[in-house]
Amino acid sequence: MGSLTRKAAIVGVAESDIGSTPGKSPLELMAQATRRALDDAGLTKDDIDGLCTASFGSNGVLEVGEYLQIRPRFCDSTQFGGSSFEAHVGHAAAAIAAGLCETVLVVMGTTNVADRKLNMPRGGGGPGGGDPRGGSNFSGRLYGLGGPVNSYAMAATRHMHQYGTTSKQLAEIAVATRKWATLNPKALMRFPITIEDVLNSPMISYPLHLLDCCLVTDAGGAVIVTTPERAMSLKKKPVWILGYGEHFTHNSLMYMPDLTVTPARVSGEAAFKMAGLTRKDIDVVEVYDSFTITVLLELEDLGFCKKGEGGAFVSKQRTAPGGAFPLNTSGGGLSYTHPGMYGIFLLIEAARQLRGECGERQVKGAKIGLANGCGGALSSCATVIMGSD
Amino acid sequence: MQQPMRKPLPFVYDENRPFWDGAKKHQLLIQKCKDCGKFQFYPRSMCMHCLSENIEWVKASGKGKVYSFTIAHRPGNPAFAADVPYNIAIIELEEGVRMPSKVVDCKNEDIKCDMPVEVVFRDETPELAIPYFRPTK
Repeated sequence: MGSLTRKAAIVGVAESDIGSTPGKSPLELMAQATRRALDDAGLTKDDIDGLCTASFGSNGVLEVGEYLQIRPRFCDSTQFGGSSFEAHVGHAAAAIAAGLCETVLVVMGTTNVADRKLNMPRGGGGPGGGDPRGGSNFSGRLYGLGGPVNSYAMAATRHMHQYGTTSKQLAEIAVATRKWATLNPKALMRFPITIEDVLNSPMISYPLHLLDCCLVTDAGGAVIVTTPERAMSLKKKPVWILGYGEHFTHNSLMYMPDLTVTPARVSGEAAFKMAGLTRKDIDVVEVYDSFTITVLLELEDLGFCKKGEGGAFVSKQRTAPGGAFPLNTSGGGLSYTHPGMYGIFLLIEAARQLRGECGERQVKGAKIGLANGCGGALSSCATVIMGSD
Repeated sequence: MQQPMRKPLPFVYDENRPFWDGAKKHQLLIQKCKDCGKFQFYPRSMCMHCLSENIEWVKASGKGKVYSFTIAHRPGNPAFAADVPYNIAIIELEEGVRMPSKVVDCKNEDIKCDMPVEVVFRDETPELAIPYFRPTK
């Protein structure tokens, strides 16, 4: 039993409306997700005394707290990309265990699609933002490096070079993830695809094709974490935090120590150690799928297979419904939703799986789940291992 | 009115000015710590390894290899729309540091990881030259 094992539980999860939400602001999506997560937990807003959020630029923790009229005793606005929300849950568990607060709302919302129509600045880690001093002069933008796809593509190129990983193996991930999406009524892309469809889709940034890339959507999400005592008194069964770890190694991909090794190697090891569990104990795995290569690297770094063997591991649709390794069961960022920062949806799906609420896509008897966020340019990872009784 | 898109230029200030002054003279300068002896890139006013301020600018050999690359088929920035498909590469210098660049004098399909390359400068404006890398002859 590690320091945070069973010291806090996830008791409420929800997404806002997702997809294209014309006319909505990020704050509206956050409010909608918050109300739904509170209803899911059987709590009211007055029960919330901790607030965690991360956004692109505006909509920081003060704006979100004011809009929702939450005046917390604990807050965390860690922002290291789409994995921030796994970190928020870990930090919330630590704050709860330390007695700083009782019930924490982790919330996010972005409107990438709606913002385009409004010609608003766009999220998603594109170029041009931030302080022009320091590393941003030497991040590759002078040479035309733009959004995340260019960076993740370079990680894929190197993995292919070192380990012989193929585009077909990456395509297996996109196809299997889409199969899960066909079983999720909320998923945005529900028509089946084939490996050939992925390989024949337009090249975006070699070696990544269009169907190797996540969706770009509007969405908000909320997760509520509380004390063991309160969790036991609520209407749904608690999803216990069993293990947690976080790590980051760089900002720009140019300065990633090894393009084939993500921070999940450290965050995952910490989470397993805290939980006192092994890889074989995990029933359902939800890992960040900004791109197919992201998934392959995380599976290796979390220790589900050896470094370099990710391609073989995902082959023959092993991660699809009915396969030996249920992975990204919501349909993932590739096919369900991806609002620039996707990590909160990994937690939402893991909690639903562990409660047995997933209908057609339910992994039978799932008791222990893992969510691994991976944000920035493979910069940061945070791993949460959860379990239900 | 929409402004015509310009390719980004470096923001030159005290901390990185010697690098760009060197580039203008077609010299690739990196930093070396006089205390711990390690190289670093990008420019910093202290050693990223030991935080010493006792650092010097040294001329790199200009030789290295392609650590990895991508070929952008959609512009990463609208200012590069006319260039697609274009490559973006991470170069690992002989001194061990890595930097972003682009492989020139080479077809995109001929770029390979670990291929040996050497620096070549192109004058972008009268005030600014940018380092690129070409296959070593």
